[in-house]
Amino acid sequence: MVGLILAEHFPVLVIVVSLLAAFTILIAGWLNKKTSCPISIATISVQLLMAFFILNHVLTKGTIHYRLGGWAPPWGIEYVIDALNAYVLVVILFLSLICAIYSKRSIEKEQPHKIVPFYVVFQLLITGLCGITVTGDIFNMYVFLEIASLAAYALIAVAGGRALKASYNYVIMGSIGACFFLLGIGFLYAVTGSLNMADLSHLLPPLYGNKVVQAAFVFFAVGLSIKIALFPLHIWQPDAYTYAPSAVSAIIAATMSKVSVYALIRVIYSVFTLDFIRIYDGVDIAICWIAAIGIIAGSVLAIVQNNLKRMLAYSSVSQIGYIVLGIGLSPISAWGLLGAIAHISNHAIMKGCLFLAAGAFIYKLGLWDIRDFAGLGKKMPYASAAFTIAAISMIGIPPSTGFATKLFLILASLKASEVLSSSAYVFVAVLLLSSLLNLVYFWRVIERMYFVKPEEETDGGEREAKKTEIPLSMLVPMLILAILCIVVGILWLTVAPSSLINETFLRFGMEGVLP
Amino acid sequence: MVELMTPLLVILCPAIAAPMILLFGKRPNIREGWTIAAGIAMFSLVLSMLPTILAGDVIKCTFFQTLFEGVALGFKVDAFGLIFALTASSLWILVSFYSIGYMRALEEHAQTRYFFYFAIAIFGAIGIAMSANLLTMFVFYEILTVSTYPLVIHDQTPEALSAGRKYFAYLLTSGVFFLFAVMMTYYLTGTTDFTNGGIPALGSASRLTVTILFFCFLLGFLKAAWMPFHSWLPTAMIAPTPVSALLHAVAVVKAGVFGIVRIVCFIYGVDLMTSLGLGLALACIAAFTMIVANLFAIAQDNLKRRLAYSTINQLSYIILGAALLTQDGIRGAMMHIPFHGYMKITLFLCAGAIMVATGKKNISEMAGIGRTIPVTMLAFTITAFGMCGIPPAVGFISKWYLCLGSVRAYETISPVMITFLFVLLIASLLDVVYFFPIIHTAFFKKAEGGIEEVKEAPLFMLIPLSITAIFSVIFFMDFILGLNIISMYIYELVEIAVGNVIP
Repeated sequence: MVGLILAEHFPVLVIVVSLLAAFTILIAGWLNKKTSCPISIATISVQLLMAFFILNHVLTKGTIHYRLGGWAPPWGIEYVIDALNAYVLVVILFLSLICAIYSKRSIEKEQPHKIVPFYVVFQLLITGLCGITVTGDIFNMYVFLEIASLAAYALIAVAGGRALKASYNYVIMGSIGACFFLLGIGFLYAVTGSLNMADLSHLLPPLYGNKVVQAAFVFFAVGLSIKIALFPLHIWQPDAYTYAPSAVSAIIAATMSKVSVYALIRVIYSVFTLDFIRIYDGVDIAICWIAAIGIIAGSVLAIVQNNLKRMLAYSSVSQIGYIVLGIGLSPISAWGLLGAIAHISNHAIMKGCLFLAAGAFIYKLGLWDIRDFAGLGKKMPYASAAFTIAAISMIGIPPSTGFATKLFLILASLKASEVLSSSAYVFVAVLLLSSLLNLVYFWRVIERMYFVKPEEETDGGEREAKKTEIPLSMLVPMLILAILCIVVGILWLTVAPSSLINETFLRFGMEGVLP
Repeated sequence: MVELMTPLLVILCPAIAAPMILLFGKRPNIREGWTIAAGIAMFSLVLSMLPTILAGDVIKCTFFQTLFEGVALGFKVDAFGLIFALTASSLWILVSFYSIGYMRALEEHAQTRYFFYFAIAIFGAIGIAMSANLLTMFVFYEILTVSTYPLVIHDQTPEALSAGRKYFAYLLTSGVFFLFAVMMTYYLTGTTDFTNGGIPALGSASRLTVTILFFCFLLGFLKAAWMPFHSWLPTAMIAPTPVSALLHAVAVVKAGVFGIVRIVCFIYGVDLMTSLGLGLALACIAAFTMIVANLFAIAQDNLKRRLAYSTINQLSYIILGAALLTQDGIRGAMMHIPFHGYMKITLFLCAGAIMVATGKKNISEMAGIGRTIPVTMLAFTITAFGMCGIPPAVGFISKWYLCLGSVRAYETISPVMITFLFVLLIASLLDVVYFFPIIHTAFFKKAEGGIEEVKEAPLFMLIPLSITAIFSVIFFMDFILGLNIISMYIYELVEIAVGNVIP
């Protein structure tokens, strides 16, 4: 019975446990700093289990409505978990777990004096991320967004030095984004008097012509675009990803940006709903065009980078474009939303793996410049293999994760061509061109790692390159992600996720049921 | 229609062998054992499908339904697919033996990597042969492209790396067009299955769209090395010779032409091709390639490069056969896939044997080598004859049908088609122009340093190339004399496949 009662409270427990863990780590770490990482890993594992339970519940029994403190919405805060956020919850908690395991040795080496604060803030970040995901109240979402962002600023700044400036940039840009988001909420509250998302979606339709509502939409869109680093509002992101500790880059790239994307989807399709977009015809197309420009610009900028982490950061700009393109295409074709949803997990896995591998190169050999990578494939075979698999997924070679996304988005663009005449073919072209650009900048790295002979080898004899692999606790998470790049890629092609997708389509009122 | 697991088992052979090769990287004999074992197992499994197909049945093996309604990833082995599968799997065994001899004789580096990617490449090629629909084919097509890259740049010299970049630039860009075409086909028709006589729904789409789509498919199959997008193939000849032999004479390029024939016969269908006039367009591209590639070939001094241009030319024979849209043309095209495979692989293997035995790469240096390596050069001569369409090698038969096909096209489709008969004849003549000097130099010119002793390449290399050469002759004898030794099955398969396309 106790279990059943607890299970009812999983939506809130998933946050509370995390928050409590943050304080526990602080106290326990004060006594013995070795305890902080195990506590963190244990907490996230528990959260992940809860998330799986929630996902299972949602898929079998339908959407969960949880009233905080028993207050009925719209007066009280309500947590609403449908298929989409249950799925996002699983994705972010899984990646957080992977990063937490990885971070143990990585942080011990990079920031030996800041282990306890690191895990405290890390746990706060996860609290924020989970909060954004489960909440059904838009102001509550803002609060959690700020918790997560503040934690992220701190985590980036942990590295000190240039990271301080990067973090400061992020603070400024992030705060502007948060302000916009808050203004949007304020505008909506002013005209409707409600903060509950479900309630808002009922109250808004008569007010769609209202200028205040339109302004609110723009504020939301711009504010969240900054948070997800959509081109051209990405300028904070390359520095932040480059100078942050390796584990942090991975966490932020894999989870923080994905949750912000989730927030964007939620605001557009749950608060404003499809009808709003359909009335303002050009909105979705405008989003698509911005995304398309972002996809190309991000890739082109990535090509000219020599710092691996910076290259990955620009690649993220491009990949976020994929997701936003999917969001923009959704009103026309449900395949777009499918592409966006799929890419949330796909990009998290791929980019997580790539950043972890980049961190491994720095950890063991101090290598961050792509030009020094010659012979790396022999020195660190497993890390290099993981990097290669993830890079191949980014390029979209079948049957990897990137391939699935590409298929969905191309099909969505083709469907869009019926409505938009031939301009939608541009999006197809952009998607295809982008995969070639991905090839250019990733293959440059792979070619160097494996096939370019290191210079020192020419004068010395057959000096067999010493294998210097990273500790297992860093290697295993990376390899798990690499394997997932392929497994999840195949899963997305099968009918396995169709119940999840159909459920989401139904919530957002989109037609198009999958087999 | 029979549901069988055999195609899955076939594909599993190289899939299991590949990790094993990596695992036993430190023990060369066990490592090569895996390659050979997988090759033999795969060939027997492919053979085991033969009776079913000959009975007029089709073997299906579905993996899973995809999120795209009407598209299931899976295999469907029909007569045409089996022809390609038989060719690729039988030659893999022979080339594996040859590779062992070649790699060990030259003491090449990174042999484990070499055999690993070789297995993956065969995995891709066999997958293409057995694919049930375009999406499955695309998956294996891309796997084939990526897995052959490490083989092309095997030397790891800056030159090889730049060749590799070119290889990727061409073939992955082409993959992008292929992907677009696949999705567009799905969008237009709701299916991507290979259907006898073409997908009916494609005919109802607008003519312009279907025409553009066809050219996207053509660009998607750049592996067929049609001109002017051929230059990756001669560049890729920097790879070790067994790679050039199996991949750039059989697996990779044949995957390209196989795809084109699939598109022409099983996606568009002969009727739609004729009504859109696409057959003529495709035939023109093929004819252009045949003539120009031959002219290029004459100018090459490096033997492998000359063979590469010869490959480009011969591939266009196959494309032309399909483009003629007549029974005889398609028959010739389908026959030429295994026959050219056997002959060209012999030529490449000979080129490798010459290099290992004498160290010579250029034709101008090969004066008198007919005396030092007589067996190799005999095999070379026979198959070179075949390339030119001269008996006793089998090239004559496929060319005969191609010529017949063009005459039929002249009768049924349009009078313009007679041009292609002349193109075929001129191209064959040009084949003679660049193959005979090699034979002449080898046998009739005196070597500078006087007569050397007979010094053949290792038996590991000599036997495979003799076998392929003998088979090229047997195929011919079978047909002409009606001996029915082995190759009657190939002819029966071709008949069934042609019957599927034009009943």
